Amino acid sequence: MISGRLKALFLRGPIGLTVVSIILGFTVGGIVLVVAGFNPFEAYGAILKGTFSKPKYIAYVIIYATPLIMTGLSVAFAMRTGLFNIGAEGQFIVGAMVAAMAGYALHLPIWLHVPLCLLLAMMAAALWGGLAGYIKARFGVHEVISTIMLNWTAFYLSNWSLTLSGFGKPGTGKSFTIQETARIDLFSQWKISKEGIQFIRSHEYLGDVLKAPVNLGIVVAIVLALLVWYILNRTTLGYELRAVGFNPHAAEYGGINVKRSIVTSMSIAGGLAGAAGALQVMGVSHKIAKLAVMEGYGFDGIAVALIGNNSGPGSVLAGFLFGGLKYGGSKIQDAVGAPTEVISIVVGTIILFIAMPKLIQTLLKFKKG
Amino acid sequence: MRKTIALCAAGLLTVMVGFAGPAVGEGVSVGMVTDVGGVNDQSFNQSAWEGLQRAEKELGAKIGYKESKQDADYAPNLETLTDAGYDLIWGIGFLMGDAVKSTAQVNPDQKYAIVDFCYGEETLPNIACAVFQEEQPSFLVGYIAGKMTKSNKVGFVGGIKFPVIEKFEYGYMAGVKMANPDVEVLRQYAESFTDAAKGKAITTNMLQQGADIVFHAAGGVGDGVIEAAKERKQWAIGVDKDQNYLAPDNVLTSAMKRVDNALFSMAADLQEGKFEGGKAVVYNLSNEGVGIAPTTGKHVPPEILAEVDSLIAKIKAGEIVVPATEADYNSFMKK
Repeated sequence: MISGRLKALFLRGPIGLTVVSIILGFTVGGIVLVVAGFNPFEAYGAILKGTFSKPKYIAYVIIYATPLIMTGLSVAFAMRTGLFNIGAEGQFIVGAMVAAMAGYALHLPIWLHVPLCLLLAMMAAALWGGLAGYIKARFGVHEVISTIMLNWTAFYLSNWSLTLSGFGKPGTGKSFTIQETARIDLFSQWKISKEGIQFIRSHEYLGDVLKAPVNLGIVVAIVLALLVWYILNRTTLGYELRAVGFNPHAAEYGGINVKRSIVTSMSIAGGLAGAAGALQVMGVSHKIAKLAVMEGYGFDGIAVALIGNNSGPGSVLAGFLFGGLKYGGSKIQDAVGAPTEVISIVVGTIILFIAMPKLIQTLLKFKKG
Repeated sequence: MRKTIALCAAGLLTVMVGFAGPAVGEGVSVGMVTDVGGVNDQSFNQSAWEGLQRAEKELGAKIGYKESKQDADYAPNLETLTDAGYDLIWGIGFLMGDAVKSTAQVNPDQKYAIVDFCYGEETLPNIACAVFQEEQPSFLVGYIAGKMTKSNKVGFVGGIKFPVIEKFEYGYMAGVKMANPDVEVLRQYAESFTDAAKGKAITTNMLQQGADIVFHAAGGVGDGVIEAAKERKQWAIGVDKDQNYLAPDNVLTSAMKRVDNALFSMAADLQEGKFEGGKAVVYNLSNEGVGIAPTTGKHVPPEILAEVDSLIAKIKAGEIVVPATEADYNSFMKK
């Protein structure tokens, strides 16, 4: 009786299912921890405490979530139009690189510099993404192949750009720091002044938040998420793109230019991932560094998009979840001394379960039947 | 029913939160944040962690580490360890230079230390730097390579062209030319610190071109370098740690950079209440912060070892100044 009601409660909607998936994910993750010889309560306690116990931690979760939301949007947008954008990683790198260049080389007032920086980065990344779309439309090269290749091209292009004099700061492996006027972080200079340090010391909560590199990136991310939702659901362009996604042959028969749609869609997806890179530079790092490995913003974006059901608002929620797990998950290490490998397995398991509410649904139905 | 669930959940939460939090006991506590190489990189992150493990064993220190996956992790990881209440927090690697500085700025009461980087005049009083003269052991292994090559061709595989890797490169080249000016040095950077397959490909190529000894300063890429030397039965020279164990018959020697010693000695100092913030501690041959591997005698004949010993003495006495940059190298070669 009780279990019947419970099932009804959870089966009612996708949210209930997601919750079940999350709980299942944590349970299986906990089993992994037990097998590896660690106390799962202690570990999950560390995640909870490390995510919510201080305002600074919450600020960090937001900072971690911001780029993931946007790369998630990028992948989601392409996915809705039937394209698998594995290239968000490379588009992120291109966006970051162009933002770092424009942020350093231009000298403009802040109200012009910030939007221009973002716009240039998005345009460059849109070209990068659009290139993969064009190759597909013109020569039929699958976008998975071309975007993977373009990821590496972007990776090495970015590293090479740092060897250029006038952009790479000699002897550091990093670019020059962008101008103050291109930054979107709040109070960064004031924080390290005498008054700032005094303020941080005397204000327990506000001061704590300020220790994190708080910035305006999240606002842009949410605006972009709304924009994606609007374009997809309320415009002719969105209708056409989605139609191509459902069935390109039918769309073509219906008079939609499929080839152009592919290029448009990949360009928009690229621009979104590029915005993620640009805001990361403008709000957090203020420069780009020589990459030793792919940093994974774009690849995480694929998971974010899938968890978020390829929608704008979904990507925002999934981005926060992912950002929280990424930031909070790493806290297990110091708290219980588990090696990173185990933590990665646990977090991976949790994400795997979250990403497949369909399976949970099938399981529940199966049991019922 | 709902109430029961809510109660259970609340209870569970309380238990979880109650369990959490690292217990920082008495005695010195030292934490470290790795760079993106991770703590098992067979190279300097791992060496740093071994230094702390030694501090745990010998000093009873409480230790902990946090791995970074990407550039943006450095600052939050440093913040996390700051909150955990460690007495001293290390940033491993020059990549963390900015993050250590900005974290130290907003936490002026916390002690930090960094490997391979310093801020010169602007070094904050709560940051201690540990820098190494990597060119010195590289020079010594270069000398050995120059003496032992039969084909008059040796190789160098670098990770990414950072200034700290260039110290290995030019120190090595100077050593080779010192031993035998006719030896040609093939050089290539892998543009990675993790891609072992690339290290293997580059090294195989160098060996095919006739080189018979290849030195690497490339972290995880070096695994491939050593593997290639093993397959083709030639010599590899290891880096950071004594890497002879990776291929006992094919690793000639290793240019050791004792990051572990730096972390251990700073922990020991801290135990006694000493902390040299605001400046760089330089580790070189004189204070055994760098050196050549103890297994070197296995494959290198004693007469060459004796020459190396006299070189060590000359470097310690300042009679030889080993070049660390391209410019230094060029003027070194003119002499």
